[in-house]
Amino acid sequence: MEILLSALTGLLYAGGVFLILRRSILKFIIGIIFLSNATNLLVFLSAGIVHGKPAFLDGVESDSGKLADPLPQALVLTAIVIGFGIVIFTLALKYKFFITTSTNDLDQLKNTDV
Amino acid sequence: MTLIALPILLPFMLIIVLVFIRSTFYAKIIGVIGSALLFLVSVYLLILVSHNEMLVLQVGGWEAPYGISLVVDYLSSLMLLAASFIVFAVSIYAYRFVKAKRGFSMFFIFFFALTMGVNGAFISGDVFNLYVWFEVMMLSSFVLITMGAKKEQLEGGIKYLTLNLIASLLFLAGLGLLYGKTGTLNMAHLAQILNNDQQSILMNTSAMLFFIAFGIKTAIFPLFFWLPASYHTANITVTSLFAGILTKVGVYTLIRFFTLFFVQNGYFWHNLLLISAGFTMVIGGMAASIQYDTRRILSYHIISQIGYMIMGLGIYTPLAIAGAIFFTIHNMVAKTNTFLIMGIIKKIKGTFYLKDLGGLFKEKPFLAILFVISAFALAGIPPLSGFFAKFILIKAGIEDKHYLIIAVAVLTSMLTLYSMIKIWNQAFLRVQPSKTKVDERVKVAVFDYLPSALLALGSLMLGILAAQFFDLTLLAAKQLLDPGIYVEAVLNTMK
Repeated sequence: MEILLSALTGLLYAGGVFLILRRSILKFIIGIIFLSNATNLLVFLSAGIVHGKPAFLDGVESDSGKLADPLPQALVLTAIVIGFGIVIFTLALKYKFFITTSTNDLDQLKNTDV
Repeated sequence: MTLIALPILLPFMLIIVLVFIRSTFYAKIIGVIGSALLFLVSVYLLILVSHNEMLVLQVGGWEAPYGISLVVDYLSSLMLLAASFIVFAVSIYAYRFVKAKRGFSMFFIFFFALTMGVNGAFISGDVFNLYVWFEVMMLSSFVLITMGAKKEQLEGGIKYLTLNLIASLLFLAGLGLLYGKTGTLNMAHLAQILNNDQQSILMNTSAMLFFIAFGIKTAIFPLFFWLPASYHTANITVTSLFAGILTKVGVYTLIRFFTLFFVQNGYFWHNLLLISAGFTMVIGGMAASIQYDTRRILSYHIISQIGYMIMGLGIYTPLAIAGAIFFTIHNMVAKTNTFLIMGIIKKIKGTFYLKDLGGLFKEKPFLAILFVISAFALAGIPPLSGFFAKFILIKAGIEDKHYLIIAVAVLTSMLTLYSMIKIWNQAFLRVQPSKTKVDERVKVAVFDYLPSALLALGSLMLGILAAQFFDLTLLAAKQLLDPGIYVEAVLNTMK
């Protein structure tokens, strides 16, 4: 399972990098979503996956090897929520930008550079 | 020590209050009073730190390596003090310079959200918590930078958002890997584990991810390109606030991480920091000297000066770190003030372009004095604050035999002086070019000068009281270079 998810992480990173280098702003935003999900998976995998074990046991002393580590899951939940917020802001920004300039082309964004 | 949480709680409460305030007038009043309170809190925290060395709060009563710790040491409290000073000045400035369409409370909500994120980042003792504060800071800065919804603001906003987003993702990836390797994200616990670890080479993947993430946020070479492409598009009040605070949070985290727990492989990291510092200084300085929009000159200057702070961290002696902290705080005050003055000039002359400006020395002598104080503080003319900051850094460099970076730093000083003199000559000394139309009806009230005068006074005081202030920064540096103090203060509180 871990190998599969690691490969998926790599795939998502590759796809994300490919998409944020595209000219279309919408594809660029999809790329951001890919990258952010790849990172979430990476954090999720960081402590390893313990199969079929609970994170907490009530009143039962148990050695930690038999328990799933709840912390990365908590971290990932927070990161997913933050990621949602950012994607929504990005979409709103893209919408406003499209209304103002009627372009979806990142190559048109050269006016504030040198 | 619940008081430690106040720099976070106070802005949060202000946000809640401001949500219900519709009246522009009351929003302004609450904004100014709130930031004044915040300033008082940070003064009080600094006094507490000078009595107790280090203040620790375990949030929610969870024991140290498991819960979130808030830690205030000398570095944190000095940064808090400088940031809240700037927040106070900018909140007064916003009173006159922000034209908000849907009421003023909207502006102040995001203003205080940004402040909350910045303060949280300064006092957090947990890497993931730091990430969350960075996100709070980033999201509110996205809103602030695109506030006017003009074409170039949206464009600058997209560039700003993209690179900062990628930085955040790298930060998250770095902390994920760090957790995988050490099983903790509490900074003190990390320091305890990593400082006794022989296989420290394994840390380099995480350290590099953090370095790139904070490098983007701090705008060091070669990761700075988002800054000059976006900062000048925002409302000048927002730009001043960002210039003063945002990149310095990155500097703070770099100092914190690379003194507390990424202390292995010192040779490699310090050289990397020194090399990027050198390039940051020179390229920022040179790019500034070819610009004619005052906001862009000053934006490139932010980058150039970041180099000095990173240089202090790269030299890595108590004196150098003290110099870096001194420089950071001096720079926050002086840099914000130059931006505020450009806003006043824009109000008087209607433009930011040097080619259309002139004659301000005769028309507004007081403004000229304010500009001279902060611009020459930036350039490092004695007896202003920048001179002492650069002097400490250069002395530290010579003591530690880093002659090349010292040469670069001194030459960059010349570039800074050149740009400042360029603004001075074109905007203040020479006669107003006849083609510029000046709107005579615009009146600048004394009130507009107040925040700028406050910051100029700050620069002056930093110069006059340099010895006392240097002692504080040296205490901060000594505390930083002995991670044992931090570890003991945080982890021993569980007994």
